[in-house]
Amino acid sequence: MTGTGEVSNNPPGREPAQNTGAMQQAANSGRRSFLGVLVAMGSACVGALLSVPLVRFAIFPLIRQTTDTKWAPLGPLTDFSSLSDPAVRTIQIEQLDGWRRAVSEKSVYITKDAQGRVQVLSSVCPHLGCTVPWNREKKQFACPCHNASFSPDGARIAGPALRGMDTLESKVADGQLQVRFQYFRQLVSTKEVIG
Amino acid sequence: MASKPGSDRSAQEGGRGFRGWLNRRMGLDDLLRQALDEPIPGGARFAYIFGSGLLFIFVSQIVTGVFLALYYVPSADHAHTTVAYITKQVTAGSFLRSLHSYGASAMVVVLLLHLSQTYIYGSYKGRREILWLSGCVLFGLVLGMAFTGYLLPWDQRAYFATAVGTNAASEVPLIGETLKRMMRGGADMGTLTISRFFVAHVFLIPACIFALLASHIFLFRKAGAAGPVDEHPFHPAQATEPFYPRQVLMDLSLTALLIIGLGILSFLIPVPLGPPANPADTQFVPRPEWYYLSIFQWLKYWHGPASIIGILVIPSILVILVLALPFLDRGIERRPWKRPIAMGSYTFVFVVLIGLALRSQYLDSHDSGIAQQLSKQKSDEADYMRQPFEPELSSASLAAANVALADPLAAKGKTIFEAQSCNACHGDGGVGTAAAPKLTGIGTKFDSQKLEALLKHPSPTMTQGGMSPSELNPDDLKALVAYVASLK
Repeated sequence: MTGTGEVSNNPPGREPAQNTGAMQQAANSGRRSFLGVLVAMGSACVGALLSVPLVRFAIFPLIRQTTDTKWAPLGPLTDFSSLSDPAVRTIQIEQLDGWRRAVSEKSVYITKDAQGRVQVLSSVCPHLGCTVPWNREKKQFACPCHNASFSPDGARIAGPALRGMDTLESKVADGQLQVRFQYFRQLVSTKEVIG
Repeated sequence: MASKPGSDRSAQEGGRGFRGWLNRRMGLDDLLRQALDEPIPGGARFAYIFGSGLLFIFVSQIVTGVFLALYYVPSADHAHTTVAYITKQVTAGSFLRSLHSYGASAMVVVLLLHLSQTYIYGSYKGRREILWLSGCVLFGLVLGMAFTGYLLPWDQRAYFATAVGTNAASEVPLIGETLKRMMRGGADMGTLTISRFFVAHVFLIPACIFALLASHIFLFRKAGAAGPVDEHPFHPAQATEPFYPRQVLMDLSLTALLIIGLGILSFLIPVPLGPPANPADTQFVPRPEWYYLSIFQWLKYWHGPASIIGILVIPSILVILVLALPFLDRGIERRPWKRPIAMGSYTFVFVVLIGLALRSQYLDSHDSGIAQQLSKQKSDEADYMRQPFEPELSSASLAAANVALADPLAAKGKTIFEAQSCNACHGDGGVGTAAAPKLTGIGTKFDSQKLEALLKHPSPTMTQGGMSPSELNPDDLKALVAYVASLK
């Protein structure tokens, strides 16, 4: 191995010889540290490159929606064109949570809002979450739990509820009315989604 | 204050500024010098690069493994779904899983190269017995990692390969059955098996690898690099070259090769995930990963009373011979051409192992039934990979809740429960809400009469919570009680 320039004749385990010229030592160490910087920078670049898929993998739930509630069909919009009483429909709510989905049932009301447009109301009372039935005689929603009452368009009439019944996001696709069910925080005057 | 001379001296010791301060506190420069100035007798060579290659793959396996654990759930219910989620949904998930899976194979390949280099160069000689032993145990641990990790995706291939693998353990005389049950967490493969394999794969074996790796490197540095084959194992006399820079660059070239190779492979040919494990499938033909193929084929030859020879005696002798190698081979001769017995047995074992693996492949391809089934399994995997990801239906779902309602009275009770808005406060299926407690399991607490009484005359606590007395007719009340009592 005499051909390689870096080979020295020191016994193994010893520091490089002390008697080498100071200038040569300085040049040597300068070259070594320059190479060191190169290697370190190269490694840092490769490391940064390799961390790209790792970061993308870890932040996947931040970029893509991993929790979602699917649109549930309510039937053709024409079914609700001439409503005298609010129509009740039971919908299957499919909620996506990462790699799992949950299916539950909830009833919703299809009513007309103050302007006469079709809207969908959650049957969950904004007071304490009881299911609010429609009272045909009184022509109003009346909660059996604490006597909160609401007008046919969902506006608050009386009782302990701090806001009217909650409207749900709805849309019409191919003439079919669809709704996205959500839960809202109870006991507050504003509508806050809780999932 | 006499701080000035003191600080001057300490500034000289480790250099100036922040780096100097760090050095005085941590001795980083010393550490670095220790690591980089390791003398290599005879100079740097490409033959010595495999050890640090292994270290790199190990680190890569840790990193990819930790990230995969972000989404993985070790249970028979969820393992396959979560791996499918990683593979089909999560950004770069298929790539990282492939890196981890191919990394395992690369680990075995580089490990065999490292072992071969050590053996052929006679580098185990010269007070390196414990170094060799720790390397042997590390080899076993790496194979253990490959074995335990293989089950975790819980697809058909994983399930049946591990079923065969754990079955093989039961062939060991006397303790075989206990060993198998210990590995499986019972007589059969199931969710407890996943837990055990997961704990072994993620906690136990990695902890052992860390400890042994540290001792392996420490012992290596203590004994010193062995150098070329014509170097004396006890008293190296050849001119030395420090580890840095040439050997470092050579080692880094292997690392770069591994990064590029594994990256391209994972990108172009992602590791597939098969359909979920179906223990009832009697057709499935299990085949191990390539590095277990020789053992798999070897076990095929041993049945009945003779199996003790093939499964216990011969492998034990082989393992003992390998472990005891530096104690048995005490000669100082390191040149392979002067060690005919060592080289002959190495070649023999290697040829036998490769021959067994090839024989296994040959038999599979020449048995039309098996070849057909294997290609069907492959196309099943490809089919499964083409299907979109299907989320798992949670157990609290409607479908699960409705199963319990076989009793028509309880089914009638459910409609009353909903019509009376009981679900409004007690939740769908009586799971409970903020407004009222859950009703599930109440059937075990109160009998039907008590429930009926409570519905007619709620307790003061219930009344306070907003529960009003029931005004249902007796038939409806009975149905409601039947439903409430059925809630689980």
